[in-house]
Amino acid sequence: MIKTFKFTILTLITFALFASPAISDEFTKKDLERWQAEFMTAVKQGEKLFHSSLGRNTVSCDMCHPNATNTHPETYPKFQKQLGKVVGLREMINWCIINPLEGDALKMDDPRMIALEAYITYERRGVKLDPGKH
Amino acid sequence: MKKGISRRNFLKATGIIGAAAASPLSLVEFSWGKGSEENFTVAHISDSHLTFINGNEFVRNFDKGLKRAVTEVNFMRPKPDFVIFGGDLAQLGKREEIDHGLEIMSKLRYPIRWVIGEHDYYLDLGKYWEEKVSKLHYSFDHKGVHFIVLNSILTYDDWMFNKWKSPEERMSQMARLDNPQGSPFMVKDKQIAWMKEDLSKVSKDTPVVVLSHSPLYKIFKPWNFWTEDAEKVQAVLKPFKKVTVLHGHVHQILYNQIGNITFQAMMSTAWPWPYPVSYAQAKNAVPKLTVFMNRAAPHSERDATGWSMININNGRVINDFRLWENTNRTLKYDEKLGYPVDEKYQNPENRIPPQEHY
Repeated sequence: MIKTFKFTILTLITFALFASPAISDEFTKKDLERWQAEFMTAVKQGEKLFHSSLGRNTVSCDMCHPNATNTHPETYPKFQKQLGKVVGLREMINWCIINPLEGDALKMDDPRMIALEAYITYERRGVKLDPGKH
Repeated sequence: MKKGISRRNFLKATGIIGAAAASPLSLVEFSWGKGSEENFTVAHISDSHLTFINGNEFVRNFDKGLKRAVTEVNFMRPKPDFVIFGGDLAQLGKREEIDHGLEIMSKLRYPIRWVIGEHDYYLDLGKYWEEKVSKLHYSFDHKGVHFIVLNSILTYDDWMFNKWKSPEERMSQMARLDNPQGSPFMVKDKQIAWMKEDLSKVSKDTPVVVLSHSPLYKIFKPWNFWTEDAEKVQAVLKPFKKVTVLHGHVHQILYNQIGNITFQAMMSTAWPWPYPVSYAQAKNAVPKLTVFMNRAAPHSERDATGWSMININNGRVINDFRLWENTNRTLKYDEKLGYPVDEKYQNPENRIPPQEHY
């Protein structure tokens, strides 16, 4: 009786190990689609923010950077003269919000900051990384 | 005395008396004129994009640009015969913005020839502009040169009249440069017919200068560096020996030669735009002839903005760009080569690193 029980448990464990759909990192096409959709949602939010007033003077990012051009996300981190040090893209985004847009800096993990970064980098997709370039 | 005080106050208010006195002044010299030796000089100011915030508040940065240009033109030597304004005085076509622009421009000591831009037009389709500023298209003669001013920022009727819920929505849609819902600029048949009729009275060896807001050729459709019916306009200009188009809109140094027509873009006083070559996701037709302006330093507020002195000699334009916070540039039509040439940088060996855009 006990033997049978042990056997059943073992069988169940074996089954759970090898046949479970919860294998940790084998993702499906459906997963990929969902993740891409999540990313594109961030891109769309970023596009909206990029074309809206983030400061106090109605000026928006796209006025100087149509399609996020001349933002050069592929060149960060790099030395930024006006900040006097090597910075990441998000710090430069904040410089623009504070100066030409006359607004307040966003937190580095603010979902709006992430969305802006998503849009800026998406518009530059395909360009090779070139950190430090001016 | 009273006049002196008010001028001093104006200079003080703009805060650039020292800068203006220290900087050389730029002008555009038209050198041509049918059988006439008479050369003359005009100034060209464009794309000030004055932006209303609230109450009596406007975007400080853009106000500063236009005020600086106005002050410098007043100091210009030789004195300009007149000043051309190349369009986009306002940002969203608001009466506050146009009024504010007229107030700043009223400090100019010279007559003004106005060109309308899309930012002045799409709120009320040019109604307030026609009332307060200027006709939308017209022509005039000056010292042997025939000038044609076009309203080149029209578009398809359906987009203009049926697509948007309100004039404000239409204006804000047209104001977005990279708008996938945008619509290409057009001169349209009615105006082209007027132009043809107007030019029928002009001899073919009279130099013609066309003033428009959009470039009258096709560079990059996604940003409306583009006029949809440009070929039709070019065809009307084709029989003339010397034709120059001076346009705004692109906020950058950009020049080209197509057949007999020389095209030159004017700087904005407000902010610079990237070259379409900087957008990795779409093809462009940026003219190979153009030596790019320096990439702008974002922390230098007036970098890559400015205005132009235009000298007209024997019917050709010598364009002296006055580039604030940057080395000035001069573009001159080369009779031998048959196209405009940058005096210093046209030779690739003389180019400098900031002229590389990517």
